[in-house]
Amino acid sequence: MTERKTSALPVQVQMLSKHFGTVRAVEDVSFDIRAGELLTLLGPSGSGKTTLLMMIAGFSRPTRGSIRIADQEIVHLPPHKRNIGMVFQNYALFPHMTVGENVAYPLRLRRFGRSEIEDRTRRALDMVQLGGYGARRINELSGGQRQRIALARAIVFEPRILLMDEPLSALDKHLREAMQIEIRQLHDRLGMTTISVTHDQREALTMSDRIAVFSSGRLAQIGAPAELYEKPESRFIAEFIGESTFLPLRHTPAGPAYGEQVIHFADEVKPAAGEMLLMLRPERLRLVPANGTAGGGKDANVFTGQVQTIVFQGESLLFEVMLDGGHKVSVRMANRSENLRQLPQAGDRVALKLERADARVVRAEG
Amino acid sequence: MANVSIFPAPGPIGQAEFEANRRALERDRRAETRMRINLTLPALLVVFVLMVCPILWLLSLSVVAGDGRLSLENYALFFSEQVYVEMFLKTFMIAFVVTVICVFLGYPVAYLLAILPPAWSGVLMLAVLVPFWTSGLVRTFSWLIILQRNGIVNKSLVWLGVIDKPISLVHNMTGTVIGMVHIMVPFLILPLYASMKAIDGNLMRAGANLGSSPTHAFFRIFLPLSMPGLVAGMIMVFVMCLGFYITPAILGGGKIKMIAQRIEESISLYPTWGPAAALAVLLLLMTAVCLFVSLKLVRWLAAGR
Repeated sequence: MTERKTSALPVQVQMLSKHFGTVRAVEDVSFDIRAGELLTLLGPSGSGKTTLLMMIAGFSRPTRGSIRIADQEIVHLPPHKRNIGMVFQNYALFPHMTVGENVAYPLRLRRFGRSEIEDRTRRALDMVQLGGYGARRINELSGGQRQRIALARAIVFEPRILLMDEPLSALDKHLREAMQIEIRQLHDRLGMTTISVTHDQREALTMSDRIAVFSSGRLAQIGAPAELYEKPESRFIAEFIGESTFLPLRHTPAGPAYGEQVIHFADEVKPAAGEMLLMLRPERLRLVPANGTAGGGKDANVFTGQVQTIVFQGESLLFEVMLDGGHKVSVRMANRSENLRQLPQAGDRVALKLERADARVVRAEG
Repeated sequence: MANVSIFPAPGPIGQAEFEANRRALERDRRAETRMRINLTLPALLVVFVLMVCPILWLLSLSVVAGDGRLSLENYALFFSEQVYVEMFLKTFMIAFVVTVICVFLGYPVAYLLAILPPAWSGVLMLAVLVPFWTSGLVRTFSWLIILQRNGIVNKSLVWLGVIDKPISLVHNMTGTVIGMVHIMVPFLILPLYASMKAIDGNLMRAGANLGSSPTHAFFRIFLPLSMPGLVAGMIMVFVMCLGFYITPAILGGGKIKMIAQRIEESISLYPTWGPAAALAVLLLLMTAVCLFVSLKLVRWLAAGR
């Protein structure tokens, strides 16, 4: 188990639904997880991500649909026959057993020999950097240590896949960030197909190979972190991952336009049914003086407006600018001396420059 | 930013002010201590008058002999007569049997209470509590009627062909134990239910996830974690059984004698209170020993969590 990669298995979820009475907690969700991938299910509370994980673990019976690990259908299997490791939100470590007994629990059940159990338990504890903690009681551990033990217990028996339900939500910010990296590194070493659930977009961006974003029981978009950030399909995704403000677009013969101003895009934007929005990431907008060189030609889009507020946020400054078109947008400026030299003040007229390559269209709903 | 306050900025604090503050804080602390004592005093007084005084009085009665001298002859009486020792043994035996039966009847009920959805567990809880709130005397006489020779139990058993003729269910050990179990079982269920409610449901899920069948997970995880509540309930039942009077007196029909009955007889039998007091003191001592041992056990179990 240590440095040897376990044989990773692909997982396939097809048309999976879970209804509670009239509530459709999960509705017709389908996606594939590649062998060895770390996929994060991301969404606000009530989006169905936890229900989906519970169905994969076997604690919640789907209304219909299919879950397959490699070629095996597991939707009918009781949880104790699925051979899936799981890290619970509150860790669910057995309080009446020692750390070592907790980690050895799945091994005893699988009737490993005594020396093998000892050996594997020790290696699993070493892997989460808690070697020598075997005799400790659970209530003697800190939150971060419990988290690691829960992880060790979930991987020690080499389950077919690993599930994590909000694994870091109980930890404080610093520890959480350190554990994100640690879990990612552990995953890279083990190569185990892993499904994690979180509502924390930063955690999802940091840890995942791919992220599946859920909204009211449905899969909204699935993709690599950078892909979701750069090319969100809808306003929901754009707002949930990263910050953004939006400008309404209308179709004109010359292309999509904000008011009378035709917007230049890197790719050709196909006119689609429904309302279209221009997504503006605060860090992709540049503040330039309002007078002089307006218009960036065809390489940039320039909007004019008035600074309303400036918020100091440490590593950056956040400007709220009211455009002449009547929409408020946010602009982020790195806290660097070269940026601070000619800082606009509240009330100043400014121009905002959006590179053509950074201009993105998203759907208004869905 | 300009300071717009109309108050002058506070200057450095002088030694005198520090000293005044220190004294005021000390005064507050003392006032708080006095307040706590005043609030607990009435309760302490009640305990002293109604608990400590009678027990001391009982102790003093037990060491006064028939002729008014100080002596231990009342205790000697107990150890010289085999009957007394046997009766003590019988009392402990009945308490033990009742406790064991309560465990087997009460555990499943408490488990159901803990896992059923609130609406159903509310109904079940009512079924536990309504008899609990009914007078023990009423329930004891009800059992007398139910269990008698021509009672509903005997009639049903005969009708079903389980037995040929009525069996004696009352005026013996059977009746006594049935009646006591009925009265004691809520005392086992309630603490047990409380401790089961505190068990995190995810622990059983984790057990299943790691490969435990539901039965295995129950014995490896749920049962050990419910143990402190179970032991607390068992202690309660056992100790209360030791002092039972009404139920064995009525359902035992004079054939079953527990200590409390003997104490009562002692009072009417002897001209002085001495022998009865000695019995009561012995019962109290043994109960205290039982409690002490069990509490140690609970603490030991709780430390294992």
